[in-house]
Amino acid sequence: MTTTPRWRALTHHHLFWPVAVLVILLLVNVPFTPDFFAIKMTDGHLYGSLVSIVLFGSPLILVAVGMTLVIATGGIDLSVGAVVAITGALTCSYISDQADQSALSGVFLALGIGLVAAIVCGLWNGFLVARMGIQPIIATLIIMVAGRGVAQLITDGQIITVNSEPYKLIGGGYWLTLPFSIFIVAAVVAVTVVITRRTALGLLVESVGGNAEASRLVGIRSMRIKIMVYVFCALCAGIAGLMISSNTSAADGNNAGLWIELDAILAVVIGGTSLLGGRFSIGGTVVGALVIQTLTTTIYTIGVPTQTNLVFKAAVVIIVCLMQSPKFRAKVFGAKLGGKQAAAPAPAETAPAAEASPKMEVS
Amino acid sequence: MSTTTQRPTAADSRTTSKAARVLGDRRLPVLVTAGLFLVMYAVGLSRYQNYGFAEAQVFLNLFIDNSYLLVAAVGATFVILSGGIDLSVGSVIGFTTMFTAWLVERQGLPIVVVIPMALAVGAFGGFLMGYVIQNFEIQPFIVTLAGLFLFRGLCLVISKESISIGDSSVSSMAQTQVSLGGAFLSIGAIVALVVLAAAFYVLHYTRFGRRVYAIGGNEQSALLMGLPQGGTKIAVYTMSGFCSALAGLLFTLYIQSGDPLHATGMELDAIAAVVIGGTLLTGGSGYVIGTLFGVLVLGLIKSLIQFEGTLSSWWTKIATGVLLCAFILIQRAMTSRRKT
Repeated sequence: MTTTPRWRALTHHHLFWPVAVLVILLLVNVPFTPDFFAIKMTDGHLYGSLVSIVLFGSPLILVAVGMTLVIATGGIDLSVGAVVAITGALTCSYISDQADQSALSGVFLALGIGLVAAIVCGLWNGFLVARMGIQPIIATLIIMVAGRGVAQLITDGQIITVNSEPYKLIGGGYWLTLPFSIFIVAAVVAVTVVITRRTALGLLVESVGGNAEASRLVGIRSMRIKIMVYVFCALCAGIAGLMISSNTSAADGNNAGLWIELDAILAVVIGGTSLLGGRFSIGGTVVGALVIQTLTTTIYTIGVPTQTNLVFKAAVVIIVCLMQSPKFRAKVFGAKLGGKQAAAPAPAETAPAAEASPKMEVS
Repeated sequence: MSTTTQRPTAADSRTTSKAARVLGDRRLPVLVTAGLFLVMYAVGLSRYQNYGFAEAQVFLNLFIDNSYLLVAAVGATFVILSGGIDLSVGSVIGFTTMFTAWLVERQGLPIVVVIPMALAVGAFGGFLMGYVIQNFEIQPFIVTLAGLFLFRGLCLVISKESISIGDSSVSSMAQTQVSLGGAFLSIGAIVALVVLAAAFYVLHYTRFGRRVYAIGGNEQSALLMGLPQGGTKIAVYTMSGFCSALAGLLFTLYIQSGDPLHATGMELDAIAAVVIGGTLLTGGSGYVIGTLFGVLVLGLIKSLIQFEGTLSSWWTKIATGVLLCAFILIQRAMTSRRKT
C-alpha cells in the first residue's frame, strides 16, 4: 500500500463506501431543506435534522452493533425484534404496576427485569447455536416466532402506557443539550470497540467466524465465544427495546421493533461486514445504521410518499449486495478491471479488511 | 447421499442398532408430525365433543382456512429442499391481494384476466430473485429479504388503505362449495390440494425433483455430476414466487379484500410448516406430504384455540414457536446420528 497514491488508499479504506453513501444521502436533502445541516438551540436542547437522525436511529444502531458481532461469528440473529418487544413489554408492565411510577428504585428494578429477560433470550439462542449446533437462522427463528406471542402475553394483548419521568429519559429525554439516547449509544459503541479491538476478543470472534472448528483446535473456546455474542446481541436489543418503549412511553407487543432485525442486518451489510463471517467493522455498522435512518428521513423530507420507503430500502439492499458481489463486479466492470489489474475482484474484497482488522477504529 | 428418496443404505442398517436405524429413517419426522396431528385431533375430539368438533366440516375447514398457507408452504418446501430460503413469501402474498383488488375494483378488469397477471408477476419476481442469487452468488437470505421489502413497498405504493372487493364473480367464486357428502370444500382448498399433488409428483417422479434434492444434499457434488444446478435453482425460486402469488389469490378469495398489511410474516408460518413437516432446513431431505401435516398441525392449533374460547390468539405464536423448537431438535438428533 505504501507505493499507491493516497487517493487509492482512501477509496480502499473499508469505511469509504459507507461514508460516501451517507454523505451523498445527506447532501441530497440540502436542495429540499436548505437548513438541513443547521442545528438550533431551543430551551437548552439542540434541535436539527442531524440530531434527530441520530436520535431516531439510536435503537437501530444498538441492535446493529450487536448483530455485527453475531454475523462476525458466521451467525445471524433474527430474534432481536422479538427481544425488543419482550424487554419493552416486561419493563413497562412492571412500571405500570407501581404505585409511584416515577420512583427511581422501581424504574431501575424494571430495567433490570427487562434486561435479564433479554439476556435469557440471548443465552437460549446461544445454547441452540453453539451447543446444539443448529443453524443460526433457524435457531433464532424460534424466538422470532414465539417471542412476539410472549410479549403480547405479558401485555395481555394491550398497549401498555407508562407515565414515568425517569423512564422517559432513556429514549425521549435530554442531557447536556443532547438526546440522552445518544449517550447510551455512544457508551455501548465505545465499550464494544474497546473490548473487541483493545483486547484479543475481537480477533477471537473473527477467528470463530472464519473457521469455528479450526479455532477450537487451536484452543479457542469457540462455543463460549458464540454464546457470548448471542447474549451481547440480545442485550443490545434489550437496551434498544427500553429506548423504543421509553420514547413512546408505551409497550406494544405486536409492533415494537417490527422488522428491526432486517434493518439491522441491512446496516451490517452496508457497513461492509460480510454475511459469511470472519471479520467485522463496528464503525461500518454505525455508518450503515445512519445510512438507513438518513434514507428514511430523506424520503420524508423530499416529499416522496412515505410508503415508498420500503421500495427504496429494497433498492439499497440490492445495490449494496451487488456491489459487494465479486461475481457481479467481474461481470459488469470486468473488462475495465481485467486490463488494469489482473485478479482484481477477489483481492479488492479481502485486502482492505485484512489490512484493517488489526487496527480498527470507530468512525 | 443426495438421492434422498431412498432409505439409508443396507450397510448402515446392518451395523447400527435398532434405535439408530429408527432415528436415521428419513420418514421419521413426517411420521412424528402425522402422529402429533392425530394426537392433537384426538385431544380436540375428547375435549370439545359437545361443541361439534367431531363434525367432518371442522376437519375440512382445516383445509379451507389454511389453503393459502398450504400453497405457500409447498413453494417454500421446494426452496428449502434445494438448500435455500425465501423470505419474500408473505410480501408476495400481500402484494397479490393488493394487486388483484386494485385491478378488479379500481381498474374494472374481470377476475379471469387478473388471475394470470397476478401469477405472472409473482413468478417473475421469484425468477428475478433466483437469477440474482444464482448469477451473482449473493445469499438467498439477503436477496429474498430485498424481495420482502420490495413487494411490501409496492403494496403500499398501490394504496395505503385496504381495498375491499365487491365484485360479484369474485364473491361467487369464493362462496362456491364443492360438496363432499355431508361436508364441503372451497375452491381454494381444492386448488391447494391440486398444488400439493402436483408438487408431490414433481418432487418424487421427475428429473427436476431429483435435481432439487441433489442440490440441497450437496451442491458441489451436484455440480460435479453435471446437473444443471443454475437453471434448477432459478426454477425453484420462480416456483416459489408462483406459489406465493397463487397463495395470494387464494388469500384474496378467502378474505375478499386487498390490504397492504395482509399476510405480514407469513413466510415464517410457511417456513415453520415446512420444518414441522420434517424437511431438513439444510436442504436435501424431506417430503412435501410432511408440509401438508405441518400446515394441518398449525391450523389445528388455531382451531383448538378457537374452540377453547378462553385462550388468546398469541398462544398460537407461542405454540408454533414451541413446536418449531421441538422439531428442530428432533432434526438435529437425526442428522447427528446419520453423520456418526
